[in-house]
Amino acid sequence: MTKRSVEILDVTLRDGSHSMKHAFTKEQVRETAKGLDKAKVNYFEVSHGDGLGGSSLQYGLSLVDELELIEVAASVCEYSKISVLLLPGIGTKNDLNDAVKAGAKMVRVATHITEADVAKQHIELGRELGLKTVGFLMMAHMAPVEKLVEQAKLFESYGAEVVYVTDSAGALLPHEVTERITALKNELSCEIGFHGHNNLSMAMANTVAAVQAGATYIDGSLRALGAGSGNTQTEVMVAVLEKMGYNTGIDLYSIIDVANDVVAQYMPRPQEINGSSLIMGYSGVYSSFLLHTEKAAKRFGIDERDILIELGRMQAVGGQEDLIYEVAAKIAHNSSNTHTEAPIS
Amino acid sequence: MSKCKVAILGSGNIGTDLMYKIERSNELELTIVAGIDPNSENLRIAKERGYLTSTKSVDGLLEYSDEFDMVFDATSAKVHKYHSDKLTAIGKQVVDLTPAAIGPYVVPPVNLDQLKDELNVNLVTCGGQATIPMIHAIHRVSPVAYAEIVATISSNSAGPGTRANIDEFTQTTAKAIEVVGGAKKGKAIIILNPAEPPVIMRDTIHVTLEEEGKEEEILQSINDMVKEVQTYVPGYRMNTEPQMTGKNISVFIEVEGAGDFFPPYSGNLDIMTAAATQVANELAIKRRNVQEEVK
Repeated sequence: MTKRSVEILDVTLRDGSHSMKHAFTKEQVRETAKGLDKAKVNYFEVSHGDGLGGSSLQYGLSLVDELELIEVAASVCEYSKISVLLLPGIGTKNDLNDAVKAGAKMVRVATHITEADVAKQHIELGRELGLKTVGFLMMAHMAPVEKLVEQAKLFESYGAEVVYVTDSAGALLPHEVTERITALKNELSCEIGFHGHNNLSMAMANTVAAVQAGATYIDGSLRALGAGSGNTQTEVMVAVLEKMGYNTGIDLYSIIDVANDVVAQYMPRPQEINGSSLIMGYSGVYSSFLLHTEKAAKRFGIDERDILIELGRMQAVGGQEDLIYEVAAKIAHNSSNTHTEAPIS
Repeated sequence: MSKCKVAILGSGNIGTDLMYKIERSNELELTIVAGIDPNSENLRIAKERGYLTSTKSVDGLLEYSDEFDMVFDATSAKVHKYHSDKLTAIGKQVVDLTPAAIGPYVVPPVNLDQLKDELNVNLVTCGGQATIPMIHAIHRVSPVAYAEIVATISSNSAGPGTRANIDEFTQTTAKAIEVVGGAKKGKAIIILNPAEPPVIMRDTIHVTLEEEGKEEEILQSINDMVKEVQTYVPGYRMNTEPQMTGKNISVFIEVEGAGDFFPPYSGNLDIMTAAATQVANELAIKRRNVQEEVK
């Protein structure tokens, strides 16, 4: 087999956890893993949507312990290797050790775009454990390119073999992706990756821009199952990149089959762009806030979009789901006391 | 009535903020500040304010061992045990502001009254100081099966020690939620937010009760506890009414600091130094009582 020119990493069983309200069953994971393995996907990710240790009242409790899901996935794979996501501050080095025992072969250590230094120990541990080790800079739209380069260099200095530009809010446009990937290609010697969300319908366009600018790791999810409007659609990406002349090493029919015969059968709703997920991309809000915002809006009888716009204005970062309820409560309070209350500050 | 003489080990921001808080204490008298960095701006400030200073860390303190009875360790978890062993060996009391946690945890409004004459006490973490009073407030009314806290702090207020050892924060906080807060199981999450202007420390406490009910008593207990924390951290307040749904309760807290040395948004640092000063005051009173009995 010729060397792959682009490595497609499937995140259905991790980013999709948000859309599934963290309720993946072993059966769903087993069947999806089998399909990904058959299609010859090198790496796919299995974790709570917020990474190892993410099962919580804050983000949603996992129906099945992620370690069991990792084990199930690993047990049916002959070819594919399991990746796990780890957000320092949520997950710990202990969680990573446990995930490796369950079968993980790759770790992606994720921080907010400006906070790479909290990941040093976890990246070092990933290398020590012999894992393929990746640094994941989230909410990449929130910092200028120079800051991105500085933080990516930190990841590389800790030992990351790949550094990702992660468009968690689906807020980047193709020219911005090109600019960011190009800067990293020029300044770093490790491989560069891109993770997109489709809130502005830009996921595929951004992916193409990233690959053309030199990214060699690209994330996608089957039927786009992921937070917000979902991710770049893996099976479509395979077709598009092959047409562009890149070798993905993935079998097109098999990847289409697992998307439609397995994932489409259990996804709770199509990954369409609705008013709220569009506003997430527009105002730069972390995609996994979507379902939490829906719930809060319903509880207080207010417009989801007002909550999201306010969260964007407050520069909320990934993980701050607790802010949603509070913002919703304040909006509801202010709209019922417009004469006595000052606007939210 | 003489004050208890104290030393500060660590000339970082925490050490410097402590200096201002100790200056306001009726029980404590600061004599010496030790660090390691000869170019430390904070050591310069300490000298200017008339304190002895040293750049030889714990060994520097030992050279002046007659000058203090108690030490605040505001260095890092990694070196804390080394410091503590040297200091306790010569009978000095140590108030530990690192997450090393070799001594018992103290969260003032929860278990300050249980202190005896421990040679080493630990302040948990900033997230622990901000949230464990709330968990205890709920638990004293209705047993808590599970408690989870989410601390969001400004990136500017997370020093290099916190950043390099972020797991220690989550692990130490989770354990203290159980040991001090009373929850059967604890979990802690920390989030750094780089927004400008900087965000004030926010803490959300999610709790699952063993049994539903007693909503009014729980609410009253929470409100009482907020007032109690306010006696030493005036900027401690609820952001919105607690959310109560069946067995689940969420409490939303904001901690604005006193602005002694840190800007007010760093409530996380302020609540640590304020709690440490409370603890030291209490230890000093106990010390004096013992000495008076001996006389």
